[in-house]
Amino acid sequence: MAMTHIEAERLTIEFPLYHHNARSLKKRLLSGRPGRLAEADNRVVVAALRELSFRVDAGERLALVGPNGAGKSTLLRTLAGIYVPVGGRLSIEGETGSLIDPSAGMDPLLTGRENIVLRCLYRGMTETGARGLAQEIAGFADLGEFIDVPIRGYSTGMHVRLGFAMATAMAPDILLMDEWFLAGDAEFMARAEERLAQLVTESEILVIATHDMAIVRKWCTRVIRLEGGRIVHDGPVGEDSPQSV
Amino acid sequence: MRHQLQRTYDASRPQRWSRAREDILLGLARWRLAWALARSDIMHRYRGSVLGPFWLTLSTGVMLAALGFLYAKLFRMEISDYLPWLAVSLIVWNIMAQIATDACAALTNAEGILRQMPLPYSVQAIRTVLRSALVAAHNLPLIAVVFLVFGYAPGWGVFAALPGLALLAVNAFWASLLLGMICARFRDIPPIVASVMQIAFFVTPVMWKPELVGAHWAVWLPLNPFFSIMEIVRAPLMGGSAPLVAWVAALAYSLLLWGVAQVFFTRFRERIAFWV
Repeated sequence: MAMTHIEAERLTIEFPLYHHNARSLKKRLLSGRPGRLAEADNRVVVAALRELSFRVDAGERLALVGPNGAGKSTLLRTLAGIYVPVGGRLSIEGETGSLIDPSAGMDPLLTGRENIVLRCLYRGMTETGARGLAQEIAGFADLGEFIDVPIRGYSTGMHVRLGFAMATAMAPDILLMDEWFLAGDAEFMARAEERLAQLVTESEILVIATHDMAIVRKWCTRVIRLEGGRIVHDGPVGEDSPQSV
Repeated sequence: MRHQLQRTYDASRPQRWSRAREDILLGLARWRLAWALARSDIMHRYRGSVLGPFWLTLSTGVMLAALGFLYAKLFRMEISDYLPWLAVSLIVWNIMAQIATDACAALTNAEGILRQMPLPYSVQAIRTVLRSALVAAHNLPLIAVVFLVFGYAPGWGVFAALPGLALLAVNAFWASLLLGMICARFRDIPPIVASVMQIAFFVTPVMWKPELVGAHWAVWLPLNPFFSIMEIVRAPLMGGSAPLVAWVAALAYSLLLWGVAQVFFTRFRERIAFWV
C-alpha cells in the first residue's frame, strides 16, 4: 500500500449562495432567458477555497489557522469527502476519520448507549461489532447510569463527553479535527488529553482547524494559514508570527 | 466518519457514472443504518403518543368507515361490495401518497448529517423506502380486518400483490433521489407535489370503480401512472389479477422514473452537499 498522504493541486471549492428568494422556481422561470447568464445573475458564488496546493505526508501534524471565514472548516469537510472540489485535484491515501461536529448524527430520543450503536452503524459496522465497542465507549464517557437515559436529558458537558468518546474510539490513518473538543469539565479534560495524545500518535496524519496557538504549539508540526480561501503561509510551527491568532 | 482508503477527485475528470454507482452500492451495504434511521423517524413522529404508529391504522380505519358508507350510498352500491374494495384502494393510495410526500423531504430532512459526515446519499433514499414500508405495515392489516368483517375471501392469490409492492418500493427509492434532489434545490417543489397528489387522488380510481367511467374511457386509464401501479397491487389483493396492460404501463413508467432519476443523480450528486 502506498504511504498515507494528502495531496491537493489547485483545489477549489465554490459555494453557490442562493438569494433568500433565488432558490424559488418562480425566480428561475421569470429570470428571462434561461442559460448561463441568467444563472450567473441569479446566484452569488462564494469562493471558499481558491486554488490551494499542498501535500501532507505521513507523520505530519498540520494545523489550519486563520480568521473566521478563512476556509478552515470548508477545507476539513473537503478532506473528509463531504464537499467535492469544483476545480483542481485532491488525492487522499488512507482511511479518514473526522471529528467535525460531535453531535452530528446523534438522536436525542435514543439513550447514550443506543446512540453509540447508531454511530457505529454510520461507520458501516454491524450491530454485533457495535455492541462490543459500545461497552468500551460507555466506559470512557463515564456517564454512570445516564448512559441508559435518552440524551436529550444530558447536560452540555455530558453531550461533549459522549461525543468525544464516540469520535475517538477508533484511530483512523488520517484524523481531521475541529477544535470543539476543548469544551468539557477539567477532570474529564485531563483524561481526554491522554486519549487525544494516544489517538494523535496512532493516526499517521493529523489535520486540525483551530484559533488557539497553544494547541498548535502543543500538537502540531506544521501550520497552514488561510485567509480569504487562500494559503498565505505554510511552514513548520514556530515560524508563524507569535501574535497571530 | 470513516471513508474508504483511496480517494481521488479530479475536477477535470469527475467520473460521475462510477461515483453514482458507488454511492448506490455503498448505500445498499449500509442497509442496517438506513433501517435504524427509518425506525427512529417513526419514533420521532409519534414520540410521547400512546398509540404511536397505530394512530395511522386508526385514522385510516375511521376514514374508511366514514367514506365507505357515504360513497356506497352515493354510488348506489352494496356496502359489502364497496367497502372491501375501498379499503384496498385507499390503503394502497395512502402508501403511494406518503411516498411522494416523504420523497420530497428525503434529503432536506437529513441536512444535519449530510453536511457533517461523508455518507452515501442513497442511504437517505433507502431510509425513505424503509420508513414507508413500516407505515404500510401498520396499514395493510386493516385490509384483512375489513375482509373478515364482510366475509370477503380473495384466496391465496393475494400473494400475487408482492411483485407489485416490490416495484412500488423500487419506485420509492428512485423517487426519493429525484424528488429529494429537486426539492433540495428548489424549495417550491414540495407544495407542487402535494397539490399534484391531491388532484391525482380524484382523477385516479381510488374512490370510484374504474368501470364507472364506461368501457370507452376505461381503456385509457393505464395512461395514468398512479392507476397502473395501483392496479398491479390492488387487483391481486381483491382476488383477481392485474390486466397485462396495467403491468406494461407500470413497468414503463417505472423505467422512465429510473432513467430520469439516474441521469439526474449522476449529474448533480456532487452538488447535493451545497444544496441542502
